[in-house]
Amino acid sequence: MAGVTDAAGGRRAGRIVRVNGPLVEVEGLEGLAILELVRLGPHGISGETISVTGTRAIVQAYEYTGGLACGDRVDGTGSPLAGLLGPGLLGGVFDGLLRPLSSESLWLTAERDEGVLSGGVAKTWNFSPTAALGNEVSPGDLLGVITGSGSLEHRVLVPSTTAGEITWVSGPAPLRLSDPVARVGEREVALGERWPIRRARPFRERTADVAPLHTGQRVLDLMFPLPLGAAAAVPGGFGTGKTLLLQQIAKWSSADVIVYVGCGERGNEMADVLAGLSELEDIRTGGRLIDRTVIIANTSNMPMMAREASVYTGLTVAEYFRDMGYDALVIADSTSRWAEALREFANRNGELPAEEGYPASLASNLAAFYERAGRVVTLGGRVGSVTVVGAVSPPGGDMTEPVTTDTERFVRSLWLLDPDLAYARHYPAVSWSGSFTRDLDAIAVWHGTNGNEAWASQRTRASVILSEADRLAALAEVIGTTSLPGHERVTILGGRLLREGVLRQNALSRNDGYCSTEKGIALLGLALAAVDTCHELIDRGVSAATIEQADYGLVLRAAEETASDDAAGVVGRQETLLRRLAELA
Amino acid sequence: MSSRSRTIAEGQDRAPSVAHADVRELRGPLLVVGGAEGVGWDEFAEIDSPDGAVRHGLVLEVRGDLATLQVLEPTDGLALGGLEVRFGGQPLHIPVGRGWLGRACNGRGAPLDSGPPVGGSLVRPINGWPLNPIHREPPQEPVVTGISAVDALMTVVKGQKLPIFSVPGLAHLDLATQIAAQATASGSSFLVVFAAMGMTHADIAFVRDRLEERSSASELVLFLNAADDPVIERILTPRIALTVAEHLAYEEGVDVLVIMSDMTSYAEAVREVAAARGEIPARRGYPGYLYSDLASIYERCGRVRGREGSVTIMPVLTMPAGDITHPVPDLTGYITEGQIVLSADVAARGIYPPVDVLSSLSRLMRSGVGEGRTRKDHLHVSAQALSALARARQTAELAELVGTAAMSETDQSYLAYREMLEKELLNQGRSEARKINDTLNRVWRALGSLPRRELNMIPQALVEQYLPEEGELP
Ligand SMILES: Nc1ncnc2c1ncn2[C@@H]1O[C@H](COP(=O)(O)OP(=O)(O)OP(=O)(O)O)[C@@H](O)[C@H]1O
Ligand SMILES: [Mg+2]
Repeated sequence: MAGVTDAAGGRRAGRIVRVNGPLVEVEGLEGLAILELVRLGPHGISGETISVTGTRAIVQAYEYTGGLACGDRVDGTGSPLAGLLGPGLLGGVFDGLLRPLSSESLWLTAERDEGVLSGGVAKTWNFSPTAALGNEVSPGDLLGVITGSGSLEHRVLVPSTTAGEITWVSGPAPLRLSDPVARVGEREVALGERWPIRRARPFRERTADVAPLHTGQRVLDLMFPLPLGAAAAVPGGFGTGKTLLLQQIAKWSSADVIVYVGCGERGNEMADVLAGLSELEDIRTGGRLIDRTVIIANTSNMPMMAREASVYTGLTVAEYFRDMGYDALVIADSTSRWAEALREFANRNGELPAEEGYPASLASNLAAFYERAGRVVTLGGRVGSVTVVGAVSPPGGDMTEPVTTDTERFVRSLWLLDPDLAYARHYPAVSWSGSFTRDLDAIAVWHGTNGNEAWASQRTRASVILSEADRLAALAEVIGTTSLPGHERVTILGGRLLREGVLRQNALSRNDGYCSTEKGIALLGLALAAVDTCHELIDRGVSAATIEQADYGLVLRAAEETASDDAAGVVGRQETLLRRLAELA
Repeated sequence: MSSRSRTIAEGQDRAPSVAHADVRELRGPLLVVGGAEGVGWDEFAEIDSPDGAVRHGLVLEVRGDLATLQVLEPTDGLALGGLEVRFGGQPLHIPVGRGWLGRACNGRGAPLDSGPPVGGSLVRPINGWPLNPIHREPPQEPVVTGISAVDALMTVVKGQKLPIFSVPGLAHLDLATQIAAQATASGSSFLVVFAAMGMTHADIAFVRDRLEERSSASELVLFLNAADDPVIERILTPRIALTVAEHLAYEEGVDVLVIMSDMTSYAEAVREVAAARGEIPARRGYPGYLYSDLASIYERCGRVRGREGSVTIMPVLTMPAGDITHPVPDLTGYITEGQIVLSADVAARGIYPPVDVLSSLSRLMRSGVGEGRTRKDHLHVSAQALSALARARQTAELAELVGTAAMSETDQSYLAYREMLEKELLNQGRSEARKINDTLNRVWRALGSLPRRELNMIPQALVEQYLPEEGELP
């Protein structure tokens, strides 16, 4: 079969010779590049070239391929799969290829429009220039700003491949995405920018400075903090609370921009995220949370291969905001579904499987994904970051399966969800024994320089008490609590105060869904003060049984009964608590 | 053409066209036919054999002029010569509409009752299309099943997918059938679509008998694939059921409950096709795409913004060897919004339905109950009931070691509570439908066995209002 040339456009075309689900083999397209975007069949559905042999190529299709037949035409586009970036991203909901879902009909059939961000091509945005005619500009420099796109100032930058003198710049005007904002040398810079999703956007350098991302979830902020620009994974069996934890972080974290990638998960959850974020007020801007959020929805019943693309789309959007100097956070629920899409295609393509059917390239793919996280100095000299938090859904809750074990190697923090904690309705079910953070020391230094010198020592104490309490509780099950010495019984009590008074946090609670840094530190201080006093009481001869039966409601209900940022309210309880405990002697 | 095949053909826009006689290969459920250039992937086909039988197939792969089909009926006895394959030019479509109501059909939609094949001009592809997530309305109204354990502690919400996990030998079918017979919701009408996959004839007879009333009221559609029916046909059964349900829900504005039993048999059919194609297995021989395959079924539940009607899905699955980490329950749990777990221990205590309420959870319950939906005390009282039951279970374990006499009064009250809860709430007659008020009052009666100070998860005002006085307690 020879290739045919489109008479009108002169575009290259070939023929389909094989269809097996999302795998399509084509022939006769000369000069087809790897990762080139192609259009398949009469509806021109999108696909990407995976491999080329002679005149034949394997294409991964991004839509349902039902009805595609051998002999149907296929067109090359000459460019890689790219997303259109620009104002209109914030507050929008997109599919895995960054096509807006808001303009799509109820049922997502294969006949899709090539939509253009929210509001469509005709929508205009108010541009105000900041660069002037004659300025010498280089990549990343500011050309102007857009207001009214989300709750952030949208910065229009010189693209990474452009530099020179500004020979024309638009005045303050309403512009469409396709309209030029300036001309740099000979080159016109449009408001919207197309960027190939699989290519990381360039930056000047990674910074070594560490600052934590505040998540608003105590068990994370106090025990397993995550630096801005780092990556974390949340592995856990079904129902252990991955999605709720991720949604809490999306709602309350200190990042400027949230990119929420629903990757092969539930439609009802996406509806829930959308509704939840639209209702909630953004404490920093006074606007709605949705206006600093980009949602990329590729639910489990949407085409599988778009799931594979969706995580890269999410990263690209986050990098775009990073380049403006913002802290962006990518949340991916769930990376296992993405890995399954990789496996599905590799299997259909006849690749030799490594473990559990996954291709041998799984680890390097995961590494490349998590490495797009980073806190950087941008081309324009701003500091911005992309932080990544990904859920992992191990089959059968088996933590030795390939996606979990490979992911553990590449992330800075692991927040392991423990099914026993979830079963006991202890949420977030983050295990204190199985989770880790690699950047503790650096974050301790940060807290030290930000007025919380005690953070590191308190964290260490809490972690020691928790693991001691677990060990002693196991021992007590065998020999009975009453056979343990007083100090050890206080440690068991201390473990309970920390678990129930500090680490536990009900996502649905008004006061406690979110917790400020100071309130978290105050709660930890309160629980530790109670433990110290109890040890003193033992030394003064008070019986362990008396201490155990005291009322610790002041600790246990402190989180729930004080407002999210009311650190003073928590500290205020300490005096009453210690006085009441002292009365036991 | 037999009446069985006509049912499906009537769903096709185009009549099956050119016949292809060049069958090259028969392997298990797979058939490879040549000269098939122009045939599309996922097309539906009919296969005529010399003895006059008509079989049906779906295109799994097209390659050059070859098309590989998955044949829905057994291929034994087929020979390469004399076969004719006619392609329908499109994926399998079926007629949709109210004509299905009151009917009993096989797993492919052909009548099992004495009625004519279900027809109609409105046809839909059985795979449906993904529902645009931004058009989804978050589920928030209860489906009342009349089963106390479920309604009180793991309320089903319209548009939810909530499976029943069981093991062979337990009363899951009784429970599913009872729910199908009794369930109601606040909407104008409520319909049930029951899809059986690989069920024994005895079970099918039981289901038909128990649902007779709903069926004669034209509130029920039955799709029944029996254990000795074609295995591969099971791949179609849930999809046909959901296509009928989606139409009734989103186009006719009806609340539809779809019960699918047994999903383990369905998954085995998927595995059989995968194995015949020599696909690389992931876990226990199941293909790696089982998650997405199951999701393409379960995700068809939901509600649509601005429209009446809902699709609620309750799949029933038996866990091989009671293993919840087996791929079918595991992947189901990753897709559905909670689970209802049945346990042999509970059954052994003489409780029907044998729901292990501590392992069960409806994730959407919190948005589907409360004031204006069920009752304002619902969420509090159910949280308290579960937490007290967890404590009672621990206490019972302790009692086995030290004896009841050695236990504190509070601990003993927890044991009494558990007895009461089981007797008053969890145990129920097989045709007893309880109103939500009755159900919640029963929870309160059980909580009445506990000292009042133990009810610390319920606001005081609600305790005042609902807790029965001493004298009222049985
Ligand atoms: N922080 C929390 N506060 C209160 N309830 C919680 C919390 N986390 C989880 N839950 C409860 O657990 C249920 C399951 O949580 P979630 O949906 O987050 O699980 P998951 O790990 O994402 O499961 P899956 O893998 O099936 O998607 C929730 O519906 C809720 O009832
Ligand atoms: Mg989840």
